[in-house]
Amino acid sequence: MADTAEAILEVRDLHKHYPLTQGVLFKKQVGAVKAVDGVDFDLAAGETLGIVGESGCGKSTVAKMLVNLERPTSGSIRYKGEDITTLSPKALKAVRRNIQMVFQDPYTSLNPRMTVGDIIGEPYEIHPEVAPKGDRRRKVQDLLDVVGLNPEYINRYPHQFSGGQRQRIGIARGLALQPEIIVADEPVSALDVSVQAQVINLMGNLQSEFSLSYVFIAHDLSIVRHISDRVGVMYLGRIVEIGSDAQIYDHPTHPYTQALLSAVPVPDPDARAHRERIILTGDVPSPANIPSGCRFRTRCWKAQERCALEVPLLAVPAVFRLTDSPAKHDSACHFAEEKHVVPAETDEDGPETPPTNGADPFRKPESP
Amino acid sequence: MPEPLEPFDDGRAIDHTGAGGATDLAMEEAETLEKTPGGPLGTGPAGKPRSLWSDAWHDLRRNPVFIISSLIILFLVIIAIWPQLIASGDPLQCDLSKAQEGSQPGHPFGFNGQGCDVYTRTVYGARASVQVGVFATLGVTIIGSLFGGLAGFYGGAWDGVLSRITDVFFAIPVILGGLVLLSVVTSTTVWPVIGFMVLLGWPQLSRIARGSVITAKQNDYVQAARALGASNSRMLLRHITPNALAPVIVVATIALGTYISLEATLSFLGVGLKPPTVSWGIDISSASQYIRNAPHMLLWPAGALAITVLSFIMLGDAVRDALDPKLR
Amino acid sequence: MLLEVRDLHVEFHTRDGVAKAVNGVDYSVDAGETLAVLGESGSGKSVTAQAVMGILDIPPGKITQGEILFQGQDLLKLKEEERRKVRGAKMAMVFQDALSSLNPVVSVGDQLGEMFQVHKGMSRKDSRAKAVELMDRVRIPAAKERVAQYPHQFSGGMRQRIMIAMALALEPELIIADEPTTALDVTVQAQVMDLLAELQRELNMGLILITHDLGVVADVADKIAVMYAGRIVERAPVHEIYKAPAHPYTKGLLESIPRLDQKGQELYAIKGLPPNLLNIPPGCAFNPRCPLAQDVCRTDVPPLYDVTESPVPRASACHFWKECLHG
Repeated sequence: MADTAEAILEVRDLHKHYPLTQGVLFKKQVGAVKAVDGVDFDLAAGETLGIVGESGCGKSTVAKMLVNLERPTSGSIRYKGEDITTLSPKALKAVRRNIQMVFQDPYTSLNPRMTVGDIIGEPYEIHPEVAPKGDRRRKVQDLLDVVGLNPEYINRYPHQFSGGQRQRIGIARGLALQPEIIVADEPVSALDVSVQAQVINLMGNLQSEFSLSYVFIAHDLSIVRHISDRVGVMYLGRIVEIGSDAQIYDHPTHPYTQALLSAVPVPDPDARAHRERIILTGDVPSPANIPSGCRFRTRCWKAQERCALEVPLLAVPAVFRLTDSPAKHDSACHFAEEKHVVPAETDEDGPETPPTNGADPFRKPESP
Repeated sequence: MPEPLEPFDDGRAIDHTGAGGATDLAMEEAETLEKTPGGPLGTGPAGKPRSLWSDAWHDLRRNPVFIISSLIILFLVIIAIWPQLIASGDPLQCDLSKAQEGSQPGHPFGFNGQGCDVYTRTVYGARASVQVGVFATLGVTIIGSLFGGLAGFYGGAWDGVLSRITDVFFAIPVILGGLVLLSVVTSTTVWPVIGFMVLLGWPQLSRIARGSVITAKQNDYVQAARALGASNSRMLLRHITPNALAPVIVVATIALGTYISLEATLSFLGVGLKPPTVSWGIDISSASQYIRNAPHMLLWPAGALAITVLSFIMLGDAVRDALDPKLR
Repeated sequence: MLLEVRDLHVEFHTRDGVAKAVNGVDYSVDAGETLAVLGESGSGKSVTAQAVMGILDIPPGKITQGEILFQGQDLLKLKEEERRKVRGAKMAMVFQDALSSLNPVVSVGDQLGEMFQVHKGMSRKDSRAKAVELMDRVRIPAAKERVAQYPHQFSGGMRQRIMIAMALALEPELIIADEPTTALDVTVQAQVMDLLAELQRELNMGLILITHDLGVVADVADKIAVMYAGRIVERAPVHEIYKAPAHPYTKGLLESIPRLDQKGQELYAIKGLPPNLLNIPPGCAFNPRCPLAQDVCRTDVPPLYDVTESPVPRASACHFWKECLHG
């Protein structure tokens, strides 16, 4: 897992099972929806951990547990060494200040009956120790300015703003208590394409300004790559592969990651002809009825008998353990092997360098 | 370019010059918005805050249905408080010799079976109807939204028990219940009738309140408040109640009309208000036996009742249209 | 030409005023061809499609001007009854949200069969057999057994297949797909898009694909019409547009999407907000957000210039298309 930097958040063996009951008067548990079924990861201070996966993989449930909106069935979430799942309500309130959330839907996440000033100022009412009363209005205006909105909008109501502006308001609310960690659950997926980039850039800039750590949850693999330092891929309640963005995108070793990456449409019509697509068969199994052994085996083209019997652990696969290749990262597959799936013109000459074109007004954001 | 700001006092300064392009672009976005007079969604002139409530009021003031119905209701309330303003006579002063006589100077609506002036009685009858309607609705709304709101917010066992109690009350037929419960009452005031209506009426409001609290509770902004560490009472008062209120208000307004007609029904059946209280229901009841030879006795109180009930229902409709977020 | 939309204008009368949703759209699609209509919410891409299908809500919507020629016949001049015969039989639509487009209380087989009963007068039994055949065609496994099931018993991807099957039932000549894969997961999205493209080739249908996803467009389209504020701002074959966009909006969009194969420091962001349709900026609607905007852009609405430089025709509604294309 995280090797160098100190972990600010350690998640261990996290489970969330929703019981399925039968009977009207005497409820009997007949099974469980295993939304999250054993998730481990670390988050280092100042880094962005991306979590990707398809709908129903449990990524949003993980987000809710991180900010204590859901109680885990078992497992621990340690913030600076302290397990926040077992805290008393009072101690929890203090911790909550440090872990804030940005929600997906900018239309339902802001109370329509409150002004923007009240929405962004509410954190101070709940935690009065953060800002004395007389200071709050100024702080709210400063926050509006920080997220790029006119501070004079403080008395407006959410329905007077567009989706992108509302998401900025949501981010300002998340920043109010000066948290160290922000959990963002699909923060741009409800926005228009041309506005997504604005919000992504804003989040990137805020991270360096306030030394925030992000847990960035999304289904869009391109956006996750753009913003993340490390990426975890979730499938049916578990992380199946985790590593640095280059390890995951350029050297994936888990077949699910490979399929996922190969399915992403690339905005390049010339890539159409020479792209290898891994088309998975079938659908994701129900989280109430998870396959034995490896949970991906029902859709995997590599699956063998062993996959049905033995649960693969999230660790560096044996074949890569002694190598020095970028494929040496945690991957929960018995038959892990490297496969390039992202069309790779930029692969050889280093994916880290963005193409530069000095004179083009489109490449460079306007300078003041 | 604004001066570097220091909004946070722990030394984490915000340096705009170092923030890079996005903030600058964002600032330009703000300016763009400023230049568009309609605002992004075309809601009113820029800078003027308008809440959903004030939007609704803005709508209502332009709605003729609302204006007409509220004028009628205003008039009703005034004559309920001060009937002397438009009726100089005494509703209880009757002259049997004039029984069933039709319209004549000074007595535009004629006389009823007892020889009382129908006009005066119709005017004085408004008081009982308005009293019953207003107080029954108040009681029903307070009790109903309290129980319903708590059931919706806390869920679980609370909700189970309350929902079953609601079901029990729903199972009682209103007329039959009225005949049984009110027939033992001897008081001639309006209060037993109001009490009966509250007793049987609160479950309706409680269901509405429960439903709208559950809907409001699921919104992300309630989750957001919870993630901030907000207490239950804050979530309930600040976030859920204001957003769950609209359907309750609408249903209560419409229910007010139906309570007025229920009072008339119960009085007609002889278990509602009792003389000497003056009420449209009582008058309709006593006029019904003379319907062939003296229909005017029935026409005036029944007409007043119909207009009143209709006004409240129309008002409720107008309010619902104004508060319905789907039309926004 | 299978379908030609000419100078279409659509307005919506709302409480706050008249929203000009479509302001002079021209596009065409031929048999066997895929036209992608690209745009953000409010660009008018879906409204245009609804006008073509004849499913626009009138009122509040109103077609104020234009022609919709389908096989040479102006659909807007047809009576509603004649129009209904075209709909379903000759052109069909696939919607974004398959769950709400299917009736939850009618079995999938009955919903598919209904098409044959209504349009072709088939018996219930024959139409059921046809339904199974269609489900096979869109590769729903165990079609025979699943034909009696209800929509909620199918997964999202399977439901979208059923929608496609329904659209294909009467072998139409034109399919309009409005964000057909937006609600689906990437791995399923690829399956459904491939299926749609394959069936289109097989049946030689015209396909209008309405989307905001530049990736999906690059995968399947032959030509692209980019819409902004109810107008087409650029029209070009797919390869040309990705190589060298001739409109600053297209260029901005292409620059602003993060790429799977690279990790940039900062994304190019188109500044500002999409326009308010009640109050479209004068001149070029994109001028407040455009890095190339000059005074002329704030006063003169740019026509759709012919910007053909290679044998393939293309057009751009930018006064400075040359600068954009070569700059």
